[in-house]
Amino acid sequence: MTATTSSSAATATPSPLADATRDEASLRRFLHGLPGVDQVGVEQRAAGLGTRSIKKAAKLWAIDTAISMVDLTTLEGADTQGKVRALAAKAKRPDPERPDTPQVAAVCVYPDMVETAVEALRGTGIHVASVATGFPAGRTSREIKLADTKIAVDAGAAEIDMVIDRGAFLEGRYLEVFEEIQAIKAACGSAHLKVILETGELATYDNVRRASWLALLAGGDFIKTSTGKVSPAATLPVTHVMLQAVRDWFAQTGELRGVKPAGGIRTTKDAIKYLVAVHEVAGEQWLNPDLFRFGASSLLNDLLLQRRTQADGHYSGPDYVTVD
Amino acid sequence: MGIFEYAPAPESRDLANLKPHYRPFVNGEFVDGSGEPLKTINPATEEVLAEVGTASVSDVDTAVKAARKAYNNVWSKMPGSERAKYLFRIARLIQERSRELAVLESLDNGKPIKESRDSDVPTAAAHFFYHAGWADKLDYAGYGPNPKPLGVAGQVIPWNFPLLMLAWKIAPALATGNTVVLKPAETTPLTALVFAEICQQAELPPGVVNILPGAGDIGAALVGHGDVNKVAFTGSTEVGKAIQRQIAGTSKKLTLELGGKAANVVFDDAPLDQAVEGIVNGIFFNQGHVCCAGSRLLVQESIAEELLEKLRYRVSTLRLGDPLDKNTDVGAINSAEQLAKIKGLVESGDAEGAQRWTSPCPVPERGFFFAPTVFSDVQQSMRIAREEIFGPVLSVLTFRTPDEAVTKANNTPYGLSAGIWTEKGSRILWMANQLRAGVVWANTFNRFDPAAPFGGYQESGFGREGGRTGLEAYLDV
Repeated sequence: MTATTSSSAATATPSPLADATRDEASLRRFLHGLPGVDQVGVEQRAAGLGTRSIKKAAKLWAIDTAISMVDLTTLEGADTQGKVRALAAKAKRPDPERPDTPQVAAVCVYPDMVETAVEALRGTGIHVASVATGFPAGRTSREIKLADTKIAVDAGAAEIDMVIDRGAFLEGRYLEVFEEIQAIKAACGSAHLKVILETGELATYDNVRRASWLALLAGGDFIKTSTGKVSPAATLPVTHVMLQAVRDWFAQTGELRGVKPAGGIRTTKDAIKYLVAVHEVAGEQWLNPDLFRFGASSLLNDLLLQRRTQADGHYSGPDYVTVD
Repeated sequence: MGIFEYAPAPESRDLANLKPHYRPFVNGEFVDGSGEPLKTINPATEEVLAEVGTASVSDVDTAVKAARKAYNNVWSKMPGSERAKYLFRIARLIQERSRELAVLESLDNGKPIKESRDSDVPTAAAHFFYHAGWADKLDYAGYGPNPKPLGVAGQVIPWNFPLLMLAWKIAPALATGNTVVLKPAETTPLTALVFAEICQQAELPPGVVNILPGAGDIGAALVGHGDVNKVAFTGSTEVGKAIQRQIAGTSKKLTLELGGKAANVVFDDAPLDQAVEGIVNGIFFNQGHVCCAGSRLLVQESIAEELLEKLRYRVSTLRLGDPLDKNTDVGAINSAEQLAKIKGLVESGDAEGAQRWTSPCPVPERGFFFAPTVFSDVQQSMRIAREEIFGPVLSVLTFRTPDEAVTKANNTPYGLSAGIWTEKGSRILWMANQLRAGVVWANTFNRFDPAAPFGGYQESGFGREGGRTGLEAYLDV
């Protein structure tokens, strides 16, 4: 399956939507003119879709697909080069005893660790993603955010995960948020931009939908739920709303953009529920690491254990996968 | 579907404890009816499930006599608090046997197991729990002190929710001190007869509940029986009218819950994605075999195209097939006869110039199945906009203003339910006051609760079931 993501759509907003970002007032009118989200309805649908039966061949397929979508992440103050190298090794060979296990999509680190990660992953095809822009709060000046991004990109990051200014968003300064995303996108150069909405702080599904469109209008290649530092992080209903946004964006512009739930997805069972949502809400073409990612650190091991369980017919236990 | 194939997850047929023969239940015993036995079939495979003994007209008389005796000697004299114990016991037994009932219901009716398991059976139990709570509180229900039961209730129920409709009928009748003779639908008698076993398990006094499988003639004999005090019927408008004619001039009390052609009204400011869910739930739930199905979609012209596009995409993801598979969203049409009726109406839609769109989902070769279908460009004058199709077929009409929406929504001989989709609270309240429908849902559809009265206007019948209002239909007040 080929997917054309839109790294080239950095500045040019597709024409049917160009008017939406002309000025503060038009942007506000556009975002507030989007259809509302009914909380009861979206939560009911998310719960209903969670009961699909994924077993045997379907489950193996889902596990391998989920592994290939993982952004293996370490975002701790205590991160060291050693930790990053260990994670890179895990990304390359998630299950050393089972070489048919797919590689993960990317390794996600802080900007100062990008160089180490790039070095460790050279030639593997695994991307290095970096959280820039004053992650996780984003409460710093535009200059610093741009510099942060530049440092990560210069060090070789192929993907930048930026956080939006939730304060500006909640104050209704949408154009400011829009321009900041555009500026970061420009600073990314050829790197892909994932825009973190921090949906736990946006509080309402209406806000999630508006922020999703704002990020898509500004040229974000991915919209991402959370930093993982705020609770609640990714939830199924929030991801449903974001999947609807990229589906509707595709319908209006023909461009494919991605979605990344991050934070709190720890089990295979949960990951599969997200894949079912991707399949039935956005559509089959999003079942692809170019368009859907999991931001996770502990999810991978559960996927590996379940993968072994499917193949061996019995559960082997956490000592059979590595702790990196 | 393509690359992501879900695994089949069929419930075991064995859970249904299906027996080769079932018999009528009279005076606390399973008896040989003297009618011609009927064969009930699995609509998903067209296989015969079981042979069911039916009642004859003379059995109706025996059953009514048993009900009268139980009413006079035991049930009407029993304190409400004692009746409540039996109802609570029945409710708990329905819960205990819920998987068996759910599988049996899906086998006999064709509805998806996720609906029988998550909706029909739990709601049936909820009705017994709810009415058990009322049994000893009737003095405080607002009808004055010591309201009296009516006597023997003759009840006739349809095939679309066999167990749930039984619960809607029997629970309030028993709670208020009446005894019952109930005739389940010809094509779906099995769960009613398992319910009879539950009555035995609950040690309900003989004659309080009697169940007589049979065809329309048995229903007519029951309704017309001289010693029946109350008639309750859920089913087609045609039969409802016949019943009304039949018992006109008698002192029998009557409630009718008949057909519908509900309008689901979507305004341009609606939460569109959830409106799409509500539309799907409104018309494709239970294969559209729902009297209050949202079978007429009224959408504001300014968003019609966008909404239809979303709707078609969503409908194409519905999975049609084996009712016992938990992945199945849409099951089988209950009978060949019903399938033929749906096809006939759909052909009239084509002939009258509506645009037909059918979901590309695979359709099983055997069994009675009909792929979800959406008609656009439907006009008020077409048959598919006026007649109840009772199948997975949606008719889409448009409107321009709120007034036009109300006018079109009300322009039907029916009036059972309606839906409103808008983010504007004031418009919801305004619409709800204008719409002539027994239930108006706002930003949701097909939600039921034993405490919420349900019933219709005009040709959708009269009387209410559920809630305090529903009790009144079984009391002399």
